[in-house]
Amino acid sequence: MKTTHIIILVFIAAAIAVLVQFSGDLTTYETIASAKAKPGKPINLIAKIDKSHPIEYDAVKNPNYLSFVAVDTLGNSIKVVYHDAKPTDMEKSERLVLKGSVKEGYFDCKNILLKCPSKYKDTPGAMKNNLQASN
Amino acid sequence: MNYIGEHLLPGQIGHFFAVLSLVASMLSAFSFYKADVCKNTAEQKPWLQIARFSFGAVTISILSMFLVLYYVISNHLFEYKYAYTHSDKSLQIEYLLSCFWEGQEGSFLLWSFWNCFLGWIIIWKAGKWEKPVMSVVSITQFALATMVLGVYFFNVKVGSSPFVLLRNEMEAPIFSRPEYLSFIKDGTGLNTLLQNYWMVIHPPILFLGFASTLIPFAFAFAGLIKNDHSWIKPALPWASFSAAVLGLGIMMGAAWAYESLSFGGYWAWDPVENASLVPWLTLIAGLHTNLVYKNSGYSLRPTYFFYIISFSLILYSTFLTRSGILGDTSVHAFTDLGMNTQLLLFVLLFFIPALVLFFIRYKSIPTIQQEEQTYSREFWMFIGSLILFLAGAVIIAKTSIPVWNKLFGTNIAPPEDPEFAYNQIQIFVAILIGLLTAVTQYFKYKSTPKSYFQKITLPAIISLAISLAISLFGNINYEQKGPAFLLAIHIAIFGAVFATIANTAYLWLGLKGKIKAAGASVAHIGFGIALLGILISSSKKTVLSWNTTGISPLRIEEGNKPNPAGNPAENLTLFKGVATDMGRYMVTYEKDTVNPLDRKRYFEIDFKSKQGNDNFKLYPDVIKNNKGMEGFAANPAAKHYWYKDIFVYITSFQENKGADTTQFQNRTLKVKDTIFYSNGMIVLNSVNINPAEQKNRYAPDEMALFLDMTVISKEGKLYRANPGIAIKGQSELRQLADTVMSQSLILVFNKVIDQKTGKLEIGLKETGNITDLLTLKVYEFPMINLLWLGVVITVLGFIMSIIQRVKVSGEKLTKMV
Repeated sequence: MKTTHIIILVFIAAAIAVLVQFSGDLTTYETIASAKAKPGKPINLIAKIDKSHPIEYDAVKNPNYLSFVAVDTLGNSIKVVYHDAKPTDMEKSERLVLKGSVKEGYFDCKNILLKCPSKYKDTPGAMKNNLQASN
Repeated sequence: MNYIGEHLLPGQIGHFFAVLSLVASMLSAFSFYKADVCKNTAEQKPWLQIARFSFGAVTISILSMFLVLYYVISNHLFEYKYAYTHSDKSLQIEYLLSCFWEGQEGSFLLWSFWNCFLGWIIIWKAGKWEKPVMSVVSITQFALATMVLGVYFFNVKVGSSPFVLLRNEMEAPIFSRPEYLSFIKDGTGLNTLLQNYWMVIHPPILFLGFASTLIPFAFAFAGLIKNDHSWIKPALPWASFSAAVLGLGIMMGAAWAYESLSFGGYWAWDPVENASLVPWLTLIAGLHTNLVYKNSGYSLRPTYFFYIISFSLILYSTFLTRSGILGDTSVHAFTDLGMNTQLLLFVLLFFIPALVLFFIRYKSIPTIQQEEQTYSREFWMFIGSLILFLAGAVIIAKTSIPVWNKLFGTNIAPPEDPEFAYNQIQIFVAILIGLLTAVTQYFKYKSTPKSYFQKITLPAIISLAISLAISLFGNINYEQKGPAFLLAIHIAIFGAVFATIANTAYLWLGLKGKIKAAGASVAHIGFGIALLGILISSSKKTVLSWNTTGISPLRIEEGNKPNPAGNPAENLTLFKGVATDMGRYMVTYEKDTVNPLDRKRYFEIDFKSKQGNDNFKLYPDVIKNNKGMEGFAANPAAKHYWYKDIFVYITSFQENKGADTTQFQNRTLKVKDTIFYSNGMIVLNSVNINPAEQKNRYAPDEMALFLDMTVISKEGKLYRANPGIAIKGQSELRQLADTVMSQSLILVFNKVIDQKTGKLEIGLKETGNITDLLTLKVYEFPMINLLWLGVVITVLGFIMSIIQRVKVSGEKLTKMV
């Protein structure tokens, strides 16, 4: 066997090892109920804001504290705490992908990804509203 | 129904050319193929003429579609969906072109346009390779033409046309009225994030990069079909060109992200970024094995493989970013237009045949049985290419998580810290590639005498000294991810310095100052510098707005657990007109103005250094979101020094708007008395008559009475407040209120109740909207200019080597004649 072949095999083995190691770091998408069953484990929640509770954010008091109640499609809800500024147009987003973990009774959120009705999307709904507004 | 005021002609012209480009590209592909397989020249000539003629028709069609679409957008013909969804009347002229690439259709047109451009250079220059290469190019054109077709075949929609009418695409009651157009006053506008000058030039360059990866692929494909491997020389400058342009395009995207997106950096390992980086890595791998084959006869098979995989990965990235599959993992992918199957077919149409052909021909592709020597350049170049390829494979495997979920029905998501998941691996790739970049030039092809290789000793010593100096005195203490990662950063810094120094030294030691032949060295110098810039700016990135509590109540609220390490508390609140302590600086939010031209609200933020006179103003801005979104998109601003950037962006702001409904409460007190308010207490220290320090608040002919008060907040902060009254003559009385902005407190001096006992009445008001305020984040990026400098030098190096190669092959041609 040639040296090159050995090196190729070693590198490929290394790449596979890296991917195996990576798969250990992978997280999962969970519902609120299943997330509560795994406190402390990093997970992703797909949820939306429960509009019946106020979104708590006051830049005067603390610009790094946002708290709201998230509700998932199964109807479960959980308080979310996020130590950063409130993303703009958060209220408008129809879906949130929340990255973080469940702590004692609340969801400690590390990152919020907003799924807006029309960030890069031209959903018929949003456009229709626009059209009717210009009507 | 006859609709009033519609302009239907442009759309009809557009549709016509869309169909024409489809038909002509099919004809062109077929005729180039026919011309290629014809044995005798007499038969060949008419086929070639038809082929070139129809490729000309494709080019004219693409240009016409471009012009028509530009006409539609610039004339605000909102009956067209493209103009309605991607532009509005207030858009500046310089951004009209950006509307093209906000939508998928326009960016496909851009891609086609570059294919035409590259095609004509092939026709002009490629000689005997013109016919087979152009037939691949034409097939690509055909595939791209289907993307903008927007026609139904047996109830299956093929492509999405940029020329469709709004009223045909959606349902709304107004479309039942003939004069519906008069109700559509304006379009929904260009996405605010794209309203940036980088967005005018980054997409064209990037798409030229995308398009140009086709050429090495087409050469390789043609080589496999004809079993002729002489394409390797003419393909070389093309591969260099593609690597340079694609690399530049990617880094322009990084510059855009840095200047316009507010994630506080230039690279986030976002799937969209990764998807264009990976083909670049494999292309660089292919470029190096291409050189290896040309100079030593080794590595032809990998060259085929890398060129095939590079273009296929470009197509795969097109699929990833345009199919909507990245939805939950990326912040900036395109919308799903319902073309997923078509996009997937586009990938497979090129990848499968090329790969199948590669394996059929594999045995017949020449290779040298004897092994490369360890002391040879080709050996180490091959190792480097292999590392680049595997690094790319690892990145794309991680990026494809949503695809795995689709394929296997799994439910996995990226790790909690996705950036580190990439960094912790790629740092080792950076080390290896840095070292190989430094060392490999000092090997000669085939075999290297030991005495020759020893030339590297001096550069190695110098690099070690420089990188030790950086490590020891550069304060690189990125400890968040543990000592092993920090050590790896330091080793990588050595690698980057070594790559830079060794290649610089090679200009004299190896090339004896022959600048003409120095393209590769210059590109490698640039790469080393860029790598160094990446390492230093990322590991030394500091948050300046971090927990530096001046007036701002930036602290962990009581009752909340302290922030775990790494939890961001990076936002600082600034009240208008109040200087706030922020580490080395006092920062003040001075004012804000709306520029009617670009519809942005600029905030003037004043930075005053506490030591020295490093004072400056920055103007980060926000622009109101469009397309039915509330809120604002923030654009950062940066103060550039040669050795660092101070980078700031607005995370939120509150305007004092609406009437203030809270009432003043009256309180009675004497000197030394204490009263309470909701967030602390107020002490009246003394009453002063005509105090000199308040001189500017009353006129000389007035008698003034000022209260000297201390406000003590719950958090233990002290503020002074001096409400007063000014009396002129007997009757004229003015109240001089004072405010404590950060406590939302307004104090007025109402009257003296009893002069003997010293009883006074003050009014106290606490209000939520006392003042404008904003929250912002401030970062420092040291040495980020090294990155940009490195990119520029790398591109220069590529240009030098392209010129050199084209020249050399030109000279050889003239010699042969």
